This record gives sequence, structure tokens and C-alpha cells, in this order.
Amino acid sequence: MYDLIIIGAGPAGITASVYAARKKINLLVISRDIGGQAAWSGDIENYTGYQFISGPDLAAKFEEHMRKFGIQLKEGESVIGLEKKSGSIEVKTNKGQYEAKTVIIASGKRSKELEVPGEKEFKNKGLTYCATCDGPLFSGKDVAVIGGGNSALDAALQLIRIARHVYIINITPKLGGDEIMRQQVIAAKNATVFNDAKVTQVLGEKFVQAIKISQQSKEETLKVEGVFVEIGLIPNSEIYPGITKNERGEIIVDHYNRTNLEGIFAAGDVTDVPEKQIIIAAGEGSKAALSAFRYLMQHP
Amino acid sequence: MAKSVKVYSTPTCPYCIRTKQFLRENNVAYEDYDVSVDQVKGQEMIDRSGQMGVPVIDIEGTVIVGFDKEKIKQALGL
Repeated sequence: MYDLIIIGAGPAGITASVYAARKKINLLVISRDIGGQAAWSGDIENYTGYQFISGPDLAAKFEEHMRKFGIQLKEGESVIGLEKKSGSIEVKTNKGQYEAKTVIIASGKRSKELEVPGEKEFKNKGLTYCATCDGPLFSGKDVAVIGGGNSALDAALQLIRIARHVYIINITPKLGGDEIMRQQVIAAKNATVFNDAKVTQVLGEKFVQAIKISQQSKEETLKVEGVFVEIGLIPNSEIYPGITKNERGEIIVDHYNRTNLEGIFAAGDVTDVPEKQIIIAAGEGSKAALSAFRYLMQHP
Repeated sequence: MAKSVKVYSTPTCPYCIRTKQFLRENNVAYEDYDVSVDQVKGQEMIDRSGQMGVPVIDIEGTVIVGFDKEKIKQALGL
């Protein structure tokens, strides 16, 4: 049995692991990937100590820091269940089963899906959730960005430079996001914004060929080869049914990162902590590790 | 004998970075195609893998989509 299992290896999980390792806690980190959302970020200019660093580079620094302590890591494993038993907590993954005295949930957030016909079928076949990764494959093509916030505008601005035409499908009456980005998108000659519009279907054969949109009960089909879904994030918290969450599905924690279940802590974007920032997630991770450490001292 | 390994990737995708890091850690030499600039290789990747997500790894003709460590290990015989 481990003293501590940390679920997730983004900024919160990795920082928690570093703090726990320095306390010589017997711990295991389980994560699908390393770096979490930070690894998918573009340019980071607000992480103290780095005036400028790219997302992948910061994630690599985090990982290096974690590896320095020789922390046991199960990468590529997905947690599918968490159960509190008398005297221990059981963590089930797609590959195995582990037991610990305490758990820190730092499983972060993931991209929200459209939930329309064709989305699953055409995932990676023209439809993607990562403009930064897959955008370059669409140079010279017509594409659609779904969403109207900062991440959608960011994707649109990347694509405007390389695609032939960019359609922005925004569900609200006006684009959100930062004014400076909004102006750039609106000024672009090869971009068209559809407000009050939503995607109803993704069409194609082997790859995406078009999307159906509805705008004020008017239906329209747009010929596109790429669909970039940027409609926000949802917390990876569904697999913890016994844990109290807010209306957004975020795990509710107190100042000590305690959840409603004794011995189970949570940190970072998966929680209801205000402001989702790398530096905040990292700070929350350290707090959660120290709280878990204190709990272990009190419950030997 | 060293196997022929090709990686189709973009410079900005984290799983591409992890894939190449993993190959280097295991002393596996590979050819790196940056499909964000090389459109011919980009099309080759799409034709060979039947999809458009990066990275795609080709190990002696075995095509693997994404950073799937187990499949990569198996194909390399690690």
C-alpha cells in the first residue's frame, strides 16, 4: 500500500509529487500524460521566473523536476474508479489496481465535445481539438473553428495565416474573448464569423467534407475540410461519484485542498479553485501534498 | 539490426515531442518529417494512416497513430 497516490501529472500533480517526494512519502503518480494542459499551451509569459517559455518546454521542466526524485510513475494509465474502503483508498485504472492511505486528485480538465452526429466518426479525420498540433495540416484549405472565446480566437488567428478560408461558428450573439484578438479576426479578409449559430452535424466520407450549421432556424452547409472544436473545457471528475462537486462538475475543496471524503484531496483545474492558471495549479498541488503529509502524520 | 523508423510530426504538438524523446531515450534513430512545412510528407502521412492527427510513427512499415508507448515498444522489439 502506498502512502499517497497522485492522479494526474499536470502542473498540480507534478508539484504535489515533488513536495511529497521531499517529505519521503511512499508515493505513486498515475497519469494519462505528462504536463497536462500546460503541455498544450502556446507561449507562457506569466509563470514567475520565466519571462517567456513555451508550454512543451515548461512541461519538460516540470517532468525533469519530478524525475529527479525517482518518483514511481504509471504513464499512459487512465483511472477508471476510486473507492474509499476502511483504512485505505482503492484506485482502479485501465491496467491495474492500487491502494493508498491518501489520494490527491489532480486530473485537470479536457476539451468539451460538440456532441453532434459525425463528431466521433471524424475525430482526427479533419476534426480536432488541438489547433496548435494539427492546424498546419490544413494549409490552403477551408476550415471551421467552433467557439467564440479566447481559445477559439487563438485557433482562428493561427489558421487565418495558413488556411484558405476560416469560418468561425459562435453560439452567442457576439464573439467573446479579448478585444485585441477579436479585432484581428474580424479584420481578416479570409475569415467569416457566424454569430448565434451552432453546428448540428459533421459530414464527410473518409474525411470531413462539410458541416451543417443552424443560425436562427436557418440551416446552411459549409464546405470545409477541417473542424477545430474550441468550446471550452470540462473537469475530469466523472469517475468520482462519492465526491462533492459544484454545478460545473468541479470538485469542491477547502483551503487545505480537502474534499468531502477523508484522506482524499484535490488540486488544480479539476477543483473549484477560482482562476485556472498554471501557477495556481502548481501552488494548489503543493498545498494538497502538504495537507496529505499532515494527514498521514495524524493517521499513522 | 537497426529498424527503419519515421516520425511524422508538427513542432508544436506535445505528443510528438514525447514520442521523439522516448525514441531518443531508447537510442532509436529516426527520420523526422515536419508535416507543418512538408506538405508531400503530410499527404503521405494521411494516406498511410487514414487520418490527420499527429504524430504518426512508421516502424518498418507498421503504422502507429499517436504516442502509444506499448505499440511502439512492441514494433521496435524493446
